[in-house]
Amino acid sequence: MEILKYDYPSAKSPISKKVHVGVVGSGDLEILLEPSKDGLAHVVISTSVNGYGQVWQDVIDRFFSKFDGAAAIEINDFGATPGMVALRLQQAVEKLK
Amino acid sequence: MSINQQSYAATEKFLTRKSFIEMDALGRAASILDGGKGRVLLGPFDRIHSPWLAMQEIVIQEDDGVILLKGTIDGKPALVISIESAFQGGSMGEVSGAKIAASLELILAEHTKGRETRPVILFESGGVRLQEANLGLAVIAEIHSAIVALRNKIPVVGVIAGMVGCFGGMSLAASLCSYLIMTRQARLGMNGPEVIEQEAGIEELDSSDRSLIWSLIGGEQRVAIGQADVLVEDDADEIAAAVRRSFNNGVVSQPRSARVDEYLAKLNEYDPARAADPIALRAAWKKGD
Amino acid sequence: MSDTSISRGDTWLKSLTSRETSTAFGCASVVFGDAPLGNTNARFIAVVPDPKSKFPRARKGEVGLEQGWILAKLIRDTMKLDEGATPRPIVAVVDVTSQAYGRREEMLGIQLACAAAADAYIAARLAGHIVLSLIVGRAMSGAYLAHGYQANRIIALDDPQIFVHAMGKQAAARITLRAVDELDKLGERVLPMSYNIRNYAKLGLLYELVSGVDADKPTSDDVNKVREVLVRAMDDVKASGKRDLINRLTSNDAIKIRAASNTVREQLMKEWN
Repeated sequence: MEILKYDYPSAKSPISKKVHVGVVGSGDLEILLEPSKDGLAHVVISTSVNGYGQVWQDVIDRFFSKFDGAAAIEINDFGATPGMVALRLQQAVEKLK
Repeated sequence: MSINQQSYAATEKFLTRKSFIEMDALGRAASILDGGKGRVLLGPFDRIHSPWLAMQEIVIQEDDGVILLKGTIDGKPALVISIESAFQGGSMGEVSGAKIAASLELILAEHTKGRETRPVILFESGGVRLQEANLGLAVIAEIHSAIVALRNKIPVVGVIAGMVGCFGGMSLAASLCSYLIMTRQARLGMNGPEVIEQEAGIEELDSSDRSLIWSLIGGEQRVAIGQADVLVEDDADEIAAAVRRSFNNGVVSQPRSARVDEYLAKLNEYDPARAADPIALRAAWKKGD
Repeated sequence: MSDTSISRGDTWLKSLTSRETSTAFGCASVVFGDAPLGNTNARFIAVVPDPKSKFPRARKGEVGLEQGWILAKLIRDTMKLDEGATPRPIVAVVDVTSQAYGRREEMLGIQLACAAAADAYIAARLAGHIVLSLIVGRAMSGAYLAHGYQANRIIALDDPQIFVHAMGKQAAARITLRAVDELDKLGERVLPMSYNIRNYAKLGLLYELVSGVDADKPTSDDVNKVREVLVRAMDDVKASGKRDLINRLTSNDAIKIRAASNTVREQLMKEWN
């Protein structure tokens, strides 16, 4: 298991609610997204697969290139593909609307 | 209706049915309640998760794999307790089990104050979570106690849909319920087929022989021998209707786990020297006897 | 104490009832005896090996189909006998290796047989009986759920051959793809996974762990010592005025180790309405 943390200080748009998507099943993940306490975006990932920090960085970077919410994002991952991660992130954003 | 009209209607029904099995635990719970909605209690943002998994480098799920959804059934307050089988096989750890036991205990306490809540348990569990072993086993005993204490006040309705089924200590819990609804795809057994093969050898049970397994412990068989009450299709509307009907049938004065003399008589008639024949068993033990 | 003892469960049942035991309804693997406990009369029940048991997969002290239903019948008969009078204490003497594993067991519904036993013990508590468990050997998995885990108070002997767990070590090792000694080490770090009864005792589920008695060949002093603990446990239940399992959450150890369980209950009450 690995814990990864990423911060996005330029993501500052206020978030209005908490959303949850997903399940920590094989090849899947859950995402808890809520307003960040300090007005900047933070991501904490617990993942069952070690050594993919760069891949996670790329996926999250890409997500924040289109999303600018000041969100505290918690991800609990059980071996999801980058595509699955992106999908769940997108589902979370949909639920924010 | 003509034969053609009937078969068209049946096909239409099949194609438009909403699969219960394909839904996650939250979706299943919502489909049982009026309006397909409810309020989640002890949800993921409460962050009451397993205290035991992280130390073993296992990723947690924030609700520990049990969803409590409060809503109504036929207008009456209800709580659906839904086990998420995708997380750790729906296994019972300290927290997931506590959510079930605590809910049933609270419903009983509320009942004594004149407030009724209808409990539904969606059983999709392999039993004890080995990574929490003794705390999982202990909380299952508490679940048993809570079901028996509650069921002579309010019916406790259980559903097993599959594909994980209901095994281990939770198979006892399901058997203690007032009513048990199963799909054909569901299984109800105490020991997983792999464990039996491991403990007793492949001759005793070949865990890869799916049709054998389902013939012994599948939903159709269990209902046919009276160890579950209602056989349903994998159809969310049908399952919700079966749950509603169960509550309408009311408290069961002699639940099957209390019908001791009846089952002892059945067991005494059975000759273990004969090959196990589940179809013959249906005739001998048929539901309703 | 006895050369003809077939198991610890058998030994301790006979010791506690001065050998006045009977088989239940013709089932040689469910044995019971009535004997004084403090100033009352209690019924002691054990599941013991029976090499001639009708079901071949339930001959070594497992809780199988017959054992489950016969336990249920015995307990319910006891309840009936005490109707209208003070319900007597029931003591489960626990030495059960596992539930029975077999094709016939699954087909005929061992899940229901074990549920029936658990149901009967619960019904007995609800009817006012004090239920105690004395673990003298193995208290494993579904067998323990059926016979022993529904007690108001659980007592265990402090002995290296006493095991309480959800799955046998060999099976658990295979399923988790670990070596047995890895599992032992894991059990030292992760308390609920331990096979050691002293670690089980730290979970807050036991009333008392009794040291200094010979679990295999108890002397009469040993038996008296255990009987005295049973009496104290019984009085503790009486004093509480309750017949539930709440002490497993309110004991000092439970408050520490099962903190999450208590948090669940507190938080649920807050969110209920």
